[in-house]
Order: sequence, then structure tokens, then C-alpha cells
Amino acid sequence: MKTHLRRLDTTALVYLALVGVLIISAVLVATTGRSFFSPGNIRDILTGMSVLGFVAIGQTLVILGASLDLSVPYVMSLASLVAAQTMNGNDAMVLPAVLLTLVVTACIGLANGLIVTVLGVHGFVATLGVGLMLKGYLDTNYQGTEGSVPWSFQLFGATGIGPVPISTIVMLALAGLVGFILVRTRFGHHLFAVGGNSEVARLSGVRQRLPLIGAHIGSSVCAGLAGLLLASRLGVGSPTVGSQGSYDLLSIAAVVLGGTVLMGGRGSIWGTIGGVAIFAVLDNLMSVMQFNPFLKDVIRGLVIIIAVALYARRRVIARRIRFIRSPTGPIIAAGSEPNGLEPNGLEPNRSEADISEAAGAHNGTGPVLDQESAPDQESASGHRSAPDHERSQG
Amino acid sequence: MRTGLRSAIGIAGAAALIALAGCTTDPSVEPAEAEGGAQEEAPAEEWFDQEVYDQQFKQREVVPEGPEDKPYLQMINPEMGDTSEFKSDGGKKMCFANASISNPWRQTGWITMNEQLKELKKDGVITEMETRDAQDNDDTQIADIDYFISEGNCDGFIISPNSTAAITPAVERACKTDKPVIVFDRGVETDCAVTFIHPIGGFAWGIDTAQFLIDNLSEGDKVVALRILPGVDVLEQRWAAADKLFDEAGIEVVDYFTEGDPAEIKKVVSDELAKGDVQGIWMDAGDGAVSAVEAFEDAGKDYPVMTGEDELSFLRKWKDTEMTALAPVYTNFQWRTPLLAAEKIFKGEEVPTEWVLPQSPITAADLDEYLDRNEGMPDGHYAKFGGEDMAGFPQVWQDRVIP
Amino acid sequence: MNPRIPETHLGDGGLRQLLRRAADPRGAVVILLIVILIAIVVLNPGFAEPGALMRFIQRVSPVAIVAIGQYFVIVSGEFDLSMGAVVTAQVMTAGYLIGEDDSKTVPVLIIMLVIGVVVGLVNGLVTTLLKVPSFIVTLGTMLVIHGGVMWWTGGAATGNPAESFRQLGRGGIEGLPILDLLPYAVLILLAVTVFAVWISRRPFGRTVVAIGDNAQAVSFAGANVWRTKTLAFVLSSLAATVAGVLLAGYAGVHPSVGQGYEFTAITAVVLGGVVLGGGRGTVLGALIGAFTLESLFTLLNFTAVPATMRDAIQGAIIIAAVAYSGVVFAKKHKRPTTSANEPRDPGTTSAGAPSPIQLTGGDGAARK
Repeated sequence: MKTHLRRLDTTALVYLALVGVLIISAVLVATTGRSFFSPGNIRDILTGMSVLGFVAIGQTLVILGASLDLSVPYVMSLASLVAAQTMNGNDAMVLPAVLLTLVVTACIGLANGLIVTVLGVHGFVATLGVGLMLKGYLDTNYQGTEGSVPWSFQLFGATGIGPVPISTIVMLALAGLVGFILVRTRFGHHLFAVGGNSEVARLSGVRQRLPLIGAHIGSSVCAGLAGLLLASRLGVGSPTVGSQGSYDLLSIAAVVLGGTVLMGGRGSIWGTIGGVAIFAVLDNLMSVMQFNPFLKDVIRGLVIIIAVALYARRRVIARRIRFIRSPTGPIIAAGSEPNGLEPNGLEPNRSEADISEAAGAHNGTGPVLDQESAPDQESASGHRSAPDHERSQG
Repeated sequence: MRTGLRSAIGIAGAAALIALAGCTTDPSVEPAEAEGGAQEEAPAEEWFDQEVYDQQFKQREVVPEGPEDKPYLQMINPEMGDTSEFKSDGGKKMCFANASISNPWRQTGWITMNEQLKELKKDGVITEMETRDAQDNDDTQIADIDYFISEGNCDGFIISPNSTAAITPAVERACKTDKPVIVFDRGVETDCAVTFIHPIGGFAWGIDTAQFLIDNLSEGDKVVALRILPGVDVLEQRWAAADKLFDEAGIEVVDYFTEGDPAEIKKVVSDELAKGDVQGIWMDAGDGAVSAVEAFEDAGKDYPVMTGEDELSFLRKWKDTEMTALAPVYTNFQWRTPLLAAEKIFKGEEVPTEWVLPQSPITAADLDEYLDRNEGMPDGHYAKFGGEDMAGFPQVWQDRVIP
Repeated sequence: MNPRIPETHLGDGGLRQLLRRAADPRGAVVILLIVILIAIVVLNPGFAEPGALMRFIQRVSPVAIVAIGQYFVIVSGEFDLSMGAVVTAQVMTAGYLIGEDDSKTVPVLIIMLVIGVVVGLVNGLVTTLLKVPSFIVTLGTMLVIHGGVMWWTGGAATGNPAESFRQLGRGGIEGLPILDLLPYAVLILLAVTVFAVWISRRPFGRTVVAIGDNAQAVSFAGANVWRTKTLAFVLSSLAATVAGVLLAGYAGVHPSVGQGYEFTAITAVVLGGVVLGGGRGTVLGALIGAFTLESLFTLLNFTAVPATMRDAIQGAIIIAAVAYSGVVFAKKHKRPTTSANEPRDPGTTSAGAPSPIQLTGGDGAARK
């Protein structure tokens, strides 16, 4: 239960930060003589959340699996084109077009996943490369917007219930679904396990490749959904719409802002949604206040760094506990400090954070079956005396 | 945690159900009714359009109507539209949905527009202009327009679309508010706006530039075409016209995308010079032109015949090197016109439904004049910015004061 | 795996050695580079002339220097996404502050170096002390620096800096026999490379690689992790600064100079056999990666490949290169389960001679 609280803590912190941003925004917007909570403004924020939200949900999956997906902008553009061209203004083609788009994007995700797992290419390089290939395809084959989306499908992006756009509701439903999959299914547990420590997961009998391939498929399909939403809002497919929003880097930032650890293995979908919401509220605020667009980037950058810094340390402290909720593998709490091997105080250069990390891990100790930090421990013990010149360097 | 998630899923599920049930609920964003079959045709694959080409070809020769000393109020072949329904007194609030200020051309225009705004504020015509900048993102711009419609309290809209087809539905929604809508720079696929302000267009650029190169080169000569990005209509039309003319004249052309990065431009031109002689350089936008010229200098080759843009760095290099060149213009002073059009509309004066501004290139004959007029301006400034008569001149443009 | 192959390639007849290493990933990239260069020469014999070759190296210099800077960060297990923004900021700063005034060249150069150091310090300290992932820190500083410099200068280029300043990137020593012109950029690249190779063989260089392999172990071993990593970030920003100086000369001042350099640099480094996630790779690998990437672009310029396909080819090649090196590496190291006991290829942990440190952290390539 302790770990549940701990994980909630990070997500709770994200929402606390969101509340903070909301309060600041409400006050500042009020100074311009407007209401922050007016329907139009709420819709503006929620609309801003939808597209990034879809992408970030998928991005959360791959990041949990200790990978990355930089191909999302091009997947989105391609999805918008596939959808708009297949529909071509015809109501009857909406369903086939949506299905075709999802299949196409799933195939891209499968390719990403296979390159990452089977060929062993780092997710950053694999998806950067696949993204570039898609970009080349798009630039070569499309000279501008194409296709057309019938009105029935445009409603997806243009309607809402009161101030809440349908697209946001669908996005949140997807978040709920993915959240459920992550917490309740084998796939989810295995993804956490592989992302936390692929080697330990393997020793525990988890197939390493499948969860990560699944995560990449999920990410591409989510990007495909974002592309569908964009096609619906634009009324056409566009070869540049994905790259216009820098959704690759922004979605990664939103995921980390939402408390998911970039190295994988820890995090939550709802944290991500919180991170996306922080961005959306901030963007809304800066637009209402008519900030200089260049200044907007400065503030975005500062917020990303400061917000993540605020809870990064907490995360580091709690970091050693991974996939404790896995019902399939052995219960593993990586808590054991390399006792005795490490002469505390003898190392003048050791940073405070390291000490607190070790201490935090120690506090979190449950049933101790420490496979995770074992290699570290061994290497530390095995070669502690080796790098004398290193010591003199530091 | 589990209960939290469960309830979250519950909420999400319930919300989805409501969504399904409530689709008929009147949305705050009004759907355009007769939209069903409006866009059956997919846009053409190729950018070349003979009809528009011919039209722009002719417009280049037309002497524009309007005051001679105010090019930003001149118009080519105007078909005036009635605006009496918008006639009303008092200061107005305008809402401006801008595509971006991410390149020097747009920055220059944006500075000019703000100076124009100051003048109109002083006259009491316009009390306020609220601006949202979409940072080059279609989706953001659609949201911006929707925000203006519901929250902006706008008396009129000015929209500089980020892209043509994608922004069309949002512009239609703005039109449905029955407030005047003014579109400028790139167009949209609807004529619901009171006026659409733009220079002659991309084909005219392509014709002027290609014609100049063809006149100064001979058959079989080689031209390197430096393009920014694929897929942007304004730029693609420039290339479509030029490519056609080069082809007809038997000029050999190779085209490259450089994203406007001078380093990239220099590499491309250097490689072309390494392959063989290059007699001409054609550009679809002039930033970075200087580095193309410098590539010739560094390779020790003769200067090419070149078309750039009215960006000052190019004009200055042109002057220094005395090369054979032409500076086509994508009229920057068009950024003054939307606010002046709004003034006319609120007075109930007629404005053209399509307000075509002149777009005449700077030739060797006018080069000195434009360099004199823009003395002290930074390199990234555009010569035909049209703000010489305004209060902030020249300081505001020199200091690049961007609100 | 001797990391000195690149030198033998550049210099004398180490051909036999080269062939022996052909199967090695880093050997493979050298082969790729040679194949591309040969293809260029076949298409355009003039390329092989010393003068043209010098011009080519001059053009690659900024990318190569940025790649070398990125190397130190990557090998320590981090990312530096702010490099492109730093390049842009430095180019704009040069244009804005120097103007036509020759006498300002030196003071402004000092200001630029200070900016570079400060950016590196911020990146490094926030990453190490505040424990923010470097991907996020440098993404943030990228936005801050780029937005900030555009806000400050109003976006448009003021003008090119004085010619004396631009000579660094554009000019060279003229009138030499054979070479005709020896560009300053080539000399600067040489100096940067020599410095980087030297420092990578110093304790700092070894520690940085060891940290990328297993930071915790290094810290247990008594080395100062945060100071070393911060220094790596400072080196990276300084490299971006030097590249900015060269580009302001080579290309001139424009806000789009430097755009995308962070990804170009990472691609180059990865092509050169440096492993993302840290712990493996050499300075010369990064250098060769940069040359390979740029000569690939040159080759595409020389062939009739449509301009739009360039990205696709680049994408395919980096995946293939990394996949190849991964497969070869995996074969060499058959799935280390308790890898701590397994002897490792000495070349993988340090840039110099076999290192006394043998720190391992499991199968780094698969995990990260």
C-alpha cells in the first residue's frame, strides 16, 4: 500500500501543480476583465488538450517501456491524409477510412517496435529514422493538403457537450482504457517490468519484446487517432500538420511533466493527462494575455524545467521500487543498499542526492529479493579499487 | 490508487455515453448547414492552374487604381462589394488570428501592422486589436478563431490563414457571426469574407522571375532553384509557374529544398558549382540569398543571373556586386491594408471583395531608390514594407519592436 | 577494438588493418564513408582535388565540431537537445553585437564563449544536481534560448558581422602550394579534434565513458559524477559556440542557421558507433559519423535523387547503421546475464588504451 501512496504522490503532485497553474491563470485572466471559467475559454483549453493528449497517451506507453517515439508527427500527418483521402467527402467511407488509418498506423508502430526490439536499435534512433522515412514519403507524394472529410466526421472535432468537446471526451476515455490496460492486464505489468529493468524482467520470465512492440503499436495508433482528430478539425488531410505542432518533443515533455520516468518503468497515464493539461492551461493563459510568441517559448521551456525539477528528486528517491505490483513475476523490491561495501563518508565527492537515493531505497525495502541493483552492487564491489586516477581527478 | 482509477474510468465511460447520447445537443460551435456535399472534389494534385496563371499574368500589366503615394490602398481590377450592413459609429475592437511571426517577412509586416494600429487608435476608429498567434499551427489557429468567436467580443475579424484548405471551416464559422471578416495573405476556399486582401500571387512571382532569367540567359543554360519547403501553396505556385516557363524556354533547372537555411543553400550551390557551371539562381523566397552569392565568390566563379527577394541583405549584396539581378516582391505592405479595410467597412464604404494589391519587382533601375529609403534598416527587413509615412519610422523597424 | 583505426584511415596505409576491422561497426562506418566518397569522386572527379577536398572539410567542420561536443554528452548517458538553439543564438549574437565594427570581434567572441559556458553549466547542473532528465532539461533550454534570442533581436537578422570575424568560417590561408587554400575552419576542426581526443584520454574522458556505462559504480568508486557530467555539457555548448562562429562566417547571419543541428549531431554521433545511453564510443567515431552524414548529403546533391527523398534515405541509413552495429555487438557479447564478471572489450569503455576500469551495467544497448 505504501508504494501505492508513493505513486499516487507523484500524480497527486502533478495535479497539485495543475491546480497551481489554474489559480494563477484564473487570477491573471481576471485582470484582463475576462472569466477564465467561461465556456469558450474552457473549450479552448480542452481543445488544446485533445490532440496533444492522444499523442501523449501513446508516448506514455513507449516511455514506460524505456523507449521513445519521435515518429509521431509524421504518423499524424500520414493518418490525416489516409483518412481524408479515403473518406473523400463521402459519409459512407468514414468507418472504412478510420479503420484503414488505424491499420496503417499500427503497421508503422509494428515496424518501430520490431526495429527497437529485434534489431536492438535505440528507440530514439529507430523512431527518428522511421520518422525521416515517413517525412520523405510525405514530401515526395503530397504537395499540400489533400482529400476531404465529410461533415459527419468533422463533427468529431467540432462538436461538444456544453463546453466539453467530444474529442476531449474520447481522449479521456482512451486514457481510461489505456490506464486500465496498464494496471490490470498482463501486458501492462510486463511493460512496466520491461521498462523498469529489461534484464530482471527476462529473468522473471517476462518476454521482453512483446510488451515493447505492443507499446510502439499503441503509440503509433494513438498518433493515428490524433491525426484523425486533426483531419476532422481541418476538414482535409495535411502532410505538415503533425510537424507544425512539434508534437514529438512536446508529448515527451508532457509525459515527463506528468511524472513518468524517462528511463521507463514508472509512471501513469493520469499523470500524463495532468501534464498535458498544464501545457494547455499555460498556452491558453499566454494567448489570452497576448504574449509575444517568442516569449511563449521561453516560458514553456522554463516551466518544463522547473516543474520537472520540483518533483524529479522525489522520483529519484522512490525510483528503486519498480513493478512491485507485478502479479506474475516474483515480488521484487529493489531496496537493499550495498551494505558495508560502501564506506559512507569516505567519499568526499559523493553527492547528497546519491546518499538520499540510497537511503530512500532503503526505507522502501519490502521483502528483499534484490535482483535489480545486484549488478550495480557487484560491479561496485568488484572494481571499487580500480580507478585510482579517477579519484584523483574528482 | 485502484479505486481512484476505477472511478476515473467510470467517469470517462459515463462521459463517453453522454457523448453518444448527446451528439444532437446544440454545440457551441455551430456546424455549417449545407456543408455536406460542398467539398466533393479533392484539391488538384498539381499546383499549376492555367486559369489562375493567365489571370495573374494579365494582372501584372494592369495599372492599379487608387492613390499613387499609398500603394497599400491601391487595387487591381477591383469588383467592389457593398458593406453598408456593417456601417456603425464608434471605436471598434478587431480580433486578429495570425498564422505566425516566425520569419523575417512576417515580422516586418507585423511591426508595420502595429504602427498602423496605433494610427487608427489615435483616430478613434479602432479601440483595440486582440491578437492570437498560432505559431505556424493549423490546429491552434482553428482554436484561436473559435475562441474569438465565443470569447473575443470582437467587432470584426482579421485572419491571416496558416494554410488554405484547413482554415476554411473556421473562417466560415467566423463569417456566421455576421461580423465583418477580413482575410489577407494566404486565401481560403470560401468567399464569405468581406474582403480578401493579397498581392497578385505566386504565379506572378514565378512569371516575373522566370521571364527575367530567361531574358538574360540563353537556351541550355543552367539554373539552380532554391526552394524553402514543399507543400506550401504560396511557394508552390511560384515554382509551378517558373518551372513551366523554364521548361518552355529550354533552360535546365534543378531544384532543392533548403528550409531557408543559408548554410544549406551554400552547400547546395557549392555542390552544383563543383558539378559544372551555373548561370542562374532562382529563389522562391529571398532569405539566404547572400549565401548563394557567396558560394560563387568562394568558388571563384562569375556571378550568376539571379532573382532573390526585396529583403535588404539581398539588395545590398546586389548593389555591392553589381550582378544582374531582380528582386521580386511578395508585397509586404499588405500588412497595413487589413486595418484600413476595416476602417472603410465600418464607415460603410465599398471595398473590393478581392483586394488585389500591386506586386511589382524591384529592378536595377529602382535599386538605389529602395536602398536609400531603407537606409539603417537591418538586413532582415523588407524594402517594400510601406511604412515610411508612419510615426514610428524609422526607429520602430530599425529596433525590430515586436509587441 | 582499437579506436585508433580512424587515424590510420585518415593517414597512411592502414588498409590491411581496416579490412580486418570491416566487420566491426565502427570499421563499417569508415567503409561506408569511403564508399560514399568514391561514389562522389566517380560522379564528379573534381571533388578529389586537394582544393575541393579542403572546401569540403571546411563545410563539414561545424557539424563535425557539434558532433564532437555531443559525443561527450551522449557517451556519459545524456542528451543535449539545446545545441541547435545555441548555434542559432551565437550566430544571431555575433550579427547583433559585432555589426560592422572590427574592433568588437574579440570582446564579442568572449561574450559568446561565456554564453556557451553558462548554457552548459545550466544544462549540466540541472541535470546532475536537480536530477531532471537531460532530455527534458535541454529541451527546455532549447525553447528558452531560441525564444529568448528571437525575442531579444526581434527575429530578423541585423546584418552579417564584420568581415574579419567572418573570415574564421569563410576564409583561410591563401596561396599555399597544392592546397591553394587552407580554410581556418579546417584548422579549427583539427584543433578541436586534437583537444577532444586528448581530453578523452585524460581521466576526465575515461570517467565520462565510465559514467555512461554505470554512473552509480563510478560514484561508488569515488569519482565525481556531477562535476564530470557538467563538464561534458559545458564542452557540448562550447562546441556549439565554435560551430556558431564558423557558421556565422560560412553562411552568414540568419535565424534559421543552426536549426535541427541537435538532431544532425546526434545522428552523426550514432552513425559513428557511439551508443545512445552512454558507455561506448570514441571522439573519432563521432567525427567520422559527421563526415559520413555530410558526404551522404553531398552525394545526394550530386545524384538526381529528388530533394524530398533525402530525409528518407538519411532515416534508412541511420537505422541500418545502428542495427548493424547492434547485431555485431550482440554477437560479440553473447547476452551478458551477469555481465559483471565477464571481461569486456576494453575499447568499449574508454577512448584510449585498455582502461583499468571495467564497469558494467548489464546489456546497455538493449536496455536503453
